[in-house]
Amino acid sequence: MKINPNIAINENGLLFNPSTGESFRVNPTGARVAELLKEERSLDVIISKIQEEYEVDRYTLEKDIADFIQLLKNNALIQNNE
Amino acid sequence: MEKKRYERPVIKRLETGVPAKFGRPQKPEIMSDIDGVSVESLVNQFGSPLYVYSEKQIRDKYRKAYKAFSTRYPKVQFAWSYKTNYLGAICNVFHQEGSWAEVVSGFEYDKARALGVEGSKIIFNGPDKSVEDLEKAIKNDSPIHIDHLDELYTLIELSGKAGKKPSVAIRINMDTGIYPRWDRFGFNYENGQAWDALNKIMHSGKLELIGLHTHIGTFMLSTEAYRVAAIKMADLARGLKDKFNHKIKYIDMGGGFATANTLKGSYLPGDDITPSIEDFAEAITSALVNAHFSTDELPVLVLESGRALIDEAGYMIGTVLANKRLATGQRATIADIGVNLLFTSFWYEHKVKPAQEVTQFTEPSKIYGPLCMNIDIMRDNIELPLLNKGDRFVVHHTGAYNNTQWLQFITLRPNVVMIDENGQPHLIREKESLEDIKKLEQIPEHLRNFEL
Repeated sequence: MKINPNIAINENGLLFNPSTGESFRVNPTGARVAELLKEERSLDVIISKIQEEYEVDRYTLEKDIADFIQLLKNNALIQNNE
Repeated sequence: MEKKRYERPVIKRLETGVPAKFGRPQKPEIMSDIDGVSVESLVNQFGSPLYVYSEKQIRDKYRKAYKAFSTRYPKVQFAWSYKTNYLGAICNVFHQEGSWAEVVSGFEYDKARALGVEGSKIIFNGPDKSVEDLEKAIKNDSPIHIDHLDELYTLIELSGKAGKKPSVAIRINMDTGIYPRWDRFGFNYENGQAWDALNKIMHSGKLELIGLHTHIGTFMLSTEAYRVAAIKMADLARGLKDKFNHKIKYIDMGGGFATANTLKGSYLPGDDITPSIEDFAEAITSALVNAHFSTDELPVLVLESGRALIDEAGYMIGTVLANKRLATGQRATIADIGVNLLFTSFWYEHKVKPAQEVTQFTEPSKIYGPLCMNIDIMRDNIELPLLNKGDRFVVHHTGAYNNTQWLQFITLRPNVVMIDENGQPHLIREKESLEDIKKLEQIPEHLRNFEL
């Protein structure tokens, strides 16, 4: 799983996809997960990184990240070749 | 390092184009306490879900309504509509403020008596009054509002037996220019039914006609309809004076004033379109004042407002049980408040506020109740902040009808508390237990045992 490498995320939660010209808004956790995906981190690493920073249990996080990845797919932000 | 409050990750595509008519969306409002008592402490003490009433807000609302009418008309009497909320503590707040009782069944009548309301201050409305109910009401001098001719004849008969003239009013229905027109209760003004009933009462000599009653509809957003109704009621009262030289004591304009709740399908939110209580008062009182009653025949104006006095003083606290995404991609939040407890969610889009800090991020969501029933939907589509499992929220304007129309269905009914004027919560109805339910059931001998 790989997020489109061209996308830009700024600190205000604005996410831009240059290949389609679409802009998105992400909340702070969403931005963090997107950044980590861009760095090509594994799901396990992403989960433990977020857990270091936020007060959340593993089950909730696993479920929410899976849902978020689905949202990224729906918006064509994740490359489908994998 | 202290960890940050977690919020699930979300992404939303930015739509460019024309901004919405109402401008940018606002940051979600948070409600972490009710009358200074924190939501968390209420849940810790009384559990979730929980009904919460503010005594202060009930009294404020009543006084505001009373002032709106009494500053415009010299003789005003409110009668608390029991069917809207007949929890004893709620009724007693209204009785302490000076409200009479307005009941629509033998059960409600007995409840008012048990709370200590004098018979002569219990207005007995409704289509279902048994002979025993009527005998009781006659004995206690309660004003009986006649709904149909069968009841009228029953009362004439009972009057003979009791050796006492029952005090009666008739309920009038009429065209006030609104839809739907309520014509199922009482006697019609336009087609002459009302005069027919009044003539029968006056000629019988067996009944004491003390008032005229109407209740034109419910959740009325038009003040004009009340003005029309008041004109027609005054016309009947003046007509009785002309024809029979009979003075009635009161005109009862019922209730039905809308509240700040938003009706389903309404384009604008309730707070923006609901007329104020002063608007309703102005419409009714100006019509009565302009009817030119002489000073000694000026009838008392009775009001049976229920919803408008209690709806906004009632809240429900709930808890998020789970979050999921539906097949359509829409977010769904499952809460512990279902339609069994929040019956009014069938017709209102109840305002829901989180009870803890949230960011400005929201998702279009459905809020489901906990029942294993497809119809259990609290909100069909709401921009909901990102609530986590276990988070609390507060539902607004739940005071009217929910504690009378609630169902013991799938789950048991929870605690109800009232916060007094000093910020002290009191349990006013205890949550039900399995024992309460079992107590009423009987299992025949041959069904007591089984083997599986």
